Amino acid sequence: MTTQTLSTPRRLARQRAQTEAGRPVWEEQPSWFGRLSKPVVLALVALLVTFPLYVVVVTSLSTTEAVTRAGGLVVVPRELTIAAYVQLLSGGVVTRALLISTGITLIGTAFSLGLTVLAAYGLSRPGSLLHRPLLFVVLLTFLFGPGIIPSYLVVNALGLIDSYGSLILPTAISAFNLIVMRSFFMGIPGELIDSARIDGAGEFAVLSRIVLPLSKAVVAVVGLFYAVGYWNAFFNAMLYINDNNKWPLQMVLRTYIVQAQVLPTGAGGVTSGSGMGLAPAPSLAIKMAIVVIAVVPVLVIYPFIQRHFTKGVIIGAVKG
Amino acid sequence: MVAPVIVLLGVFHYFPTLGNVIAFQDYSPYVGIRGSDFVGFANFSRLFSEVAFWKALANTLSITAFQLVFFFPIPIGLALLLNSVLSTRLRTFIQGVVYLPHFFSWVLVVSLFQQMIGGAGLLAQTLREHGHSAVDLMTKPDTFIVLVTAQAVWKDAGWGMIVFLAALSTINPALYEAAAADGANRWRRLWHITLPGLRPVIVLLLILRLGDALTVGFEQFILQRSAVGGGAAEVLDTYVYYQGLLAGDFGYGAAAGLFKGLVGLVLVLVANKFAHLIGEQGVYSRS
Repeated sequence: MTTQTLSTPRRLARQRAQTEAGRPVWEEQPSWFGRLSKPVVLALVALLVTFPLYVVVVTSLSTTEAVTRAGGLVVVPRELTIAAYVQLLSGGVVTRALLISTGITLIGTAFSLGLTVLAAYGLSRPGSLLHRPLLFVVLLTFLFGPGIIPSYLVVNALGLIDSYGSLILPTAISAFNLIVMRSFFMGIPGELIDSARIDGAGEFAVLSRIVLPLSKAVVAVVGLFYAVGYWNAFFNAMLYINDNNKWPLQMVLRTYIVQAQVLPTGAGGVTSGSGMGLAPAPSLAIKMAIVVIAVVPVLVIYPFIQRHFTKGVIIGAVKG
Repeated sequence: MVAPVIVLLGVFHYFPTLGNVIAFQDYSPYVGIRGSDFVGFANFSRLFSEVAFWKALANTLSITAFQLVFFFPIPIGLALLLNSVLSTRLRTFIQGVVYLPHFFSWVLVVSLFQQMIGGAGLLAQTLREHGHSAVDLMTKPDTFIVLVTAQAVWKDAGWGMIVFLAALSTINPALYEAAAADGANRWRRLWHITLPGLRPVIVLLLILRLGDALTVGFEQFILQRSAVGGGAAEVLDTYVYYQGLLAGDFGYGAAAGLFKGLVGLVLVLVANKFAHLIGEQGVYSRS
């Protein structure tokens, strides 16, 4: 898949040279139009991403009066309250979905990451048993998907409908992540591994004592990718989970926000907020709070993913 | 060590791929594949005579074409813009912001769009306050193609920039200096150095996109199909879902899915061959 290899040191050196020197001496001064339009465009782009999130967060924290005065979504924050969150998180549909999604994400990520590490290591040592044909089996999954209906029939035949396993097993392995990890493992010098073997280490000892400690960054990135994938997954739940008591958060988000169905109150639904002596939150704030709850884990994980961008793990992998 | 992964891929990828034989059957879930009768290409001939199928195909292709024109160049432009920002700190900040939506789920993206430009959203609310009639851009079939493209741009244009930024960083800066010394201005340098430097990546991504011409994103469309209606929002994947799975017409749905898979496979191979012909490296090299 490679086009040209990227030398990270050179890129970094160039970045450093640029920041230290500012504009290169041979480059002409930008026109007044360029100088003016660039910050405007950049600010606009940043605003396009952040503004919707801002409005959703502010509305989720607003009182009934604030929502009524704004006529709906609140842009200028007044009178803030956490009533909506208290109501959502004190039992009911959203609390349950949140627990399910958290569980699926944790278990699924551990499962996927474990298997991916094992397979990536197995495939990264040339000369291991059936190395080439097995790699081909993995790569071929890129070219052809099995299709929705045959997949459904297999999951059904295995008795996985309405089981949490259906949210993990069918899409547990991402060939892309596997290849990313494999190419990283292949960069580890063979001498290192050979010398460990001479000292009597078996395959698992080599993997856990030599390879993994050297690959923390790529393991972290792939793990975070799997985690975000599980958290965001909605397709599997829509196909395989009919029992709405087993819905993950994304299905709840779809039902009550996108399809705008009314969230049930009382037993099994949303409690009426008397718990902490808070006034009941407006229904719009509750809806926006569901959106915020769905986005917060991604926002928490995101800086960790971003930290590894700079190490070139992802870019190096994307490019081959 | 590789065994668990191979087993999983076997059960959930290769085994269902074989399950596509039901496309040639009058499949009934009660008797299974072994008990169902083979009907040859009957499902396919029914598929090709169905107006709704051609409509879904046409929708899919026009959305792909539309996005090729209005989505594809945006990450390139964004990468060029960001690359020209001198401050590393500002650049990292903007990158952090624009990559973020890539990690949001489609449910979340559609929810956010709904709150901004939907019938009860911020735009409608503002219009109403100022005495105009409100518009609901989320349910209009006529502008649906623009809407889904805008959503795709919002979610993935920033992320799409990464590959171009990487390619830009491999262009030797001495080339720019030499060109400037020879009197080439900003735009000539862009045309004669930057764009040729990006060409392999652009070709590679175009190939991948063309190979994927029949896929426009299942989740994004299934989420909005009921609000917009099947006329504009039915694409091949949603067609398989509604006509095959929900209607319980498994053999027919599998035929539609298999058609999409096979044509997609041919498209990737053809696009790759074409890339070799015009002297680019393509998705897989011939070595």
